[in-house]
Amino acid sequence: MKHPPGILGSSPLRRDGLEKVTGAARYLDDLPAEGTWVGATVRSRHPHARIVSLRFDRTKAPADAVFVHAGDIDGVNGLQILDDRWPILASKEVHYVGEAVALVAAPTAEDALRAAAAVEVEYEQRPAVLDWEEAARNEPLYELALDEGRCEAILEAAANGDDGLILVEGEYFTGAQEHLYLETQAMLAEWVDGRLAVTGSMQCPYYVKNALQHVFSLGEDAVQVVGRYMGGAFGGKEDYPSLLAAHAALLARAARRPVRIVYDRHEDIVATTKRHPSHTRIRSAVKKDGTLVAARVDFDLDGGAYLGLSPVVLSRGILHATGPYRVPNVRIRGRVLRTDTPPSGAFRGFGAPQSQFAWERHMDRIGRRLGIDPLTLRRRNVLHPGDRLPTGQLMDASCGAAAALEEAARRGDFLRRWKKAEEDRRRDEPLGRGNRPVATGVGLSLAFHGAGFTGLGEHRMRSPVTVRLTAEGRLEILCAATEMGQGAVTVLPMLAADAAGLRIDDVLIHEPDTDVVPDSGPTVASRTTMVVGATAARAAHELVQRIVQWKEEQMGEAALRVEDSRLLGPGGEIGDFRELAREYLAAGQPDAVTVHNEPPPWQRFDEDSYHGSAYPTYSYQAQVIEVEVDTDTLQVRPTRAVAAAEVGKVLHEVQCRGQVEGGLLQAVGWALWEEMKRKDGQLLNDRMTTYIVPTFLDAPEMEVHLIEEPWEGPPHGAKGVGELPMDGPASAVCAAIENAVGIALDSIPATPERLLDHHIEAAQGGRR
Amino acid sequence: MNPASGLPRTVDEALLRLQERPDTVALAGCTDWMVRDRLARADAPPVIDLLAIEELHGIEEIATPPSEAKRPAGADADPTTPPPLLRIGATTTFGEIRVDRRVVEGYPILAEVASQIGSRQIQNRATLGGNLVNASPAGDSLPVLLALAAEVEIASPDGRRRIPYDAFHLGYRETALGPGELLTAVLLPPPPPHQAFRKVGTRAAVAISKVMVAMAAHSRQGRWSSMRIAAGSVAPVPMRLRAAEKVCEGAPIDVETATEAAEAAWGEVEPIDDVRSTARYRRWALSRVVRRLLLEM
Ligand SMILES: Cc1cc2nc3c(=O)[nH]c(=O)nc-3n(C[C@H](O)[C@H](O)[C@H](O)COP(=O)(O)OP(=O)(O)OC[C@H]3O[C@@H](n4cnc5c(N)ncnc54)[C@H](O)[C@@H]3O)c2cc1C
Repeated sequence: MKHPPGILGSSPLRRDGLEKVTGAARYLDDLPAEGTWVGATVRSRHPHARIVSLRFDRTKAPADAVFVHAGDIDGVNGLQILDDRWPILASKEVHYVGEAVALVAAPTAEDALRAAAAVEVEYEQRPAVLDWEEAARNEPLYELALDEGRCEAILEAAANGDDGLILVEGEYFTGAQEHLYLETQAMLAEWVDGRLAVTGSMQCPYYVKNALQHVFSLGEDAVQVVGRYMGGAFGGKEDYPSLLAAHAALLARAARRPVRIVYDRHEDIVATTKRHPSHTRIRSAVKKDGTLVAARVDFDLDGGAYLGLSPVVLSRGILHATGPYRVPNVRIRGRVLRTDTPPSGAFRGFGAPQSQFAWERHMDRIGRRLGIDPLTLRRRNVLHPGDRLPTGQLMDASCGAAAALEEAARRGDFLRRWKKAEEDRRRDEPLGRGNRPVATGVGLSLAFHGAGFTGLGEHRMRSPVTVRLTAEGRLEILCAATEMGQGAVTVLPMLAADAAGLRIDDVLIHEPDTDVVPDSGPTVASRTTMVVGATAARAAHELVQRIVQWKEEQMGEAALRVEDSRLLGPGGEIGDFRELAREYLAAGQPDAVTVHNEPPPWQRFDEDSYHGSAYPTYSYQAQVIEVEVDTDTLQVRPTRAVAAAEVGKVLHEVQCRGQVEGGLLQAVGWALWEEMKRKDGQLLNDRMTTYIVPTFLDAPEMEVHLIEEPWEGPPHGAKGVGELPMDGPASAVCAAIENAVGIALDSIPATPERLLDHHIEAAQGGRR
Repeated sequence: MNPASGLPRTVDEALLRLQERPDTVALAGCTDWMVRDRLARADAPPVIDLLAIEELHGIEEIATPPSEAKRPAGADADPTTPPPLLRIGATTTFGEIRVDRRVVEGYPILAEVASQIGSRQIQNRATLGGNLVNASPAGDSLPVLLALAAEVEIASPDGRRRIPYDAFHLGYRETALGPGELLTAVLLPPPPPHQAFRKVGTRAAVAISKVMVAMAAHSRQGRWSSMRIAAGSVAPVPMRLRAAEKVCEGAPIDVETATEAAEAAWGEVEPIDDVRSTARYRRWALSRVVRRLLLEM
């Protein structure tokens, strides 16, 4: 391991590691109960109904319990996300099972439950929209289009067999996914002299703050939000905490004391947002050698009952809809459909895993149709520097798609294994009455992920980060980035220390408290290290430069510099940085520097035509996943996953690998087991015994290879890595199953039940 | 917890406590009871803890009373001394069963199922008696005990009785255990030479079964005898697959028999769709697993 000044690449221990593993870290639920009341939520039991009456029967409730309903909201009864039509509390109608209808608070959890039971709601049920077909007949919540070239004419030619083109069509589905963060949603609110203070588990303190200002019609100064220790989020704490904060604040106002709401697991699974289910249809025209010529992609997302973040999820989905490949002619149509189910929300990958699942399965379909193996087909179409995306964006030298593909294929010995499994399967028909109890197969996929906000989001925000000096002479980063397990509190100080010439110990990071830190943007979109980290580094560098300049003036000496927290002059070491900093402070010099993120000035994106550079750069990941399929029970065991991730620059290797491994496993879970089963709008599996996520025994052995093709921007050419590993693995799992037993599944999760249905239907209806 | 709760030291003490307050619940590892969230409730019933009762705990070989020393046809054993039974106390944990030498050597399918209950943590607390009395259709040890022709010992205020395990499960979560009675032990007859078990769960660990198959048999001159095949999670109670057994009885140990038995199994179950699986899948997997186990056993 390298040591400072080579901080980057040194993988220092996580700052939050010790306190988390020892249990010293206090999550919201660990705070003392004293003086704090407990809030509970009364929820709709119907997917769609009119609220006929709502009554709180005080005689059945604990004497001092408080009750809040929509009528008590004097500001705006709407959750401010992109629009504000998602009600804080349903007033006239409910649109999903689990929608909040009323709130209660009482001194203890038991009392709160009794109070909730004393709320009587009379409903008149209405027909609910619960499936794709019906949702597709209604007005979509949102639509987007991306056109390039002359897609339809080419597809028509292919349909007629003209120009040597072949038409390949497919239809793909992915299901909802529950985040299942370990710490359930939790929030505490308190009003002090008309000022609202909220703390809890959240990714985006300023989203919560803005939402609260909106609901209570409060000015900027009247709301303080503090992000606490967070037991995981995966996107599930991007939007929903704003709603929970509003609930806690309403109750705290009614109860005139702090109120805390901590969801139990059932409630969390039932009521909070999920990954958008998707339905994709692809029509493509290819040459006989597999070259992609045109693709029409119709990408539908189930947005649930309210708009929420769906438009931006859709946007990312369509911008990744043809993967990291050259497709010169495209016609992409995206829609967010509305159903009477909980609003879908942010989840690691944000639409890109869904659209790339469809695309990668489609690539396999093309290969099957043309008799070209999956690697060769991808090689023929993969993006190289100098190629263009459907948006017209020119790929620069940091396009590592081919490098990732080759590395994964080589390390995973893909082609040889794939061919062998193909031969084995043709020879012994594993699902017939053959004697082989287990069939093995291997699948390959390639995906990419645009780093940072989509389009000109970063340009509009120009996120500020402040770095200031503490009294003892250390640097402190002030930003709104939150730590959800991804490593922000470790990597941001690393970047700042590296830029400023300090030891890591000399850089602190302040907790995300909106009274103290600037709005450096939400902790989402794989942007924290790349955008906030780069900005923090610049701010740290700037502040230390000012101090050095001041010192130079003081000493009448030029060419001073700070290295490894020491002040060096031409003649050697002059002193220690902390001392210098204290001297500087004592002289009454300004103690802080704020700088703004500077997105690449060349980046242009037209939000009407969807042309331009949607992201300044992209990271790439290919994986080879091996499975064993039990030929009697169709249970799938992923045995090995070899991933090659091209992430620009590896800053903290341990954390970077951790992201790839964790994302891989989450994607494998989505591919094989995780399924939200609904009947008449009711969730059937709202518990951990029935919502199946992988355990360690289900996890494949993982091998992660990191590749560096730095992009031109900071920090040091690093691109995002948080979401990338979620994008590709699901398709590779399905491809591996296909390789093993010949069931070509185009919808996930690939449960044994679904594999059997598909197998039986294929046997009955002949091969499609 | 109710003040009447406490720690009985003997079966009789426990029975007395059950008589005093008929709504008393006798708890062992608590892994089923706890999940139902009833302990914390204000109206929770009084409970007694069975874990301090020595007699309920442990594994020992006991002599078969001579009157009962009948052996299954085809088992060749010394006719003079009746072979011993293995007695497993009701509060013996799956963690203990998993590693017990007599179980591992004589009843490998019981050791195997023990190692597949929940996780290691659960196995350290979950008891065999709790699994039987809880009587979930997905209880993993149930089909194994059916296949092994176990008996169960029940203590009531009137004394002890032994019944074949075949007669223990009466209906969905309904057992032959009367009010105020305790399950004290499971008794296993001498080990059958052929045994096989397969749990088809929702994932590799901490999984509830979608289908289970357990089987045990003797063989003579290349033919099956005393075949017992049991299935779980395909009916309200664990069930014997009598039609499949019948196919095997006296039939040659070969692929044809296995295939025919698998078809018989297919026809004799009526599984349901539920949150964990589908009727179609359960029937398919059951049939294929029956065939596989017969080929491998
Ligand atoms: C995470 C988890 C995973 C699990 N996985 C599995 C699994 O894979 N397979 C499986 O089969 N089960 C599983 N279970 C269920 C459970 O662990 C088993 O059924 C276990 O054997 C129950 O034993 P216990 O001693 O904990 O029962 P307890 O919870 O103590 O009791 C269960 C019931 O039996 C009664 N009872 C217990 N002992 C006696 C007795 N001697 N006489 C009379 N009545 C009695 C109790 O009154 C109660 O009604 C799991 C449970 C959990 C929490």
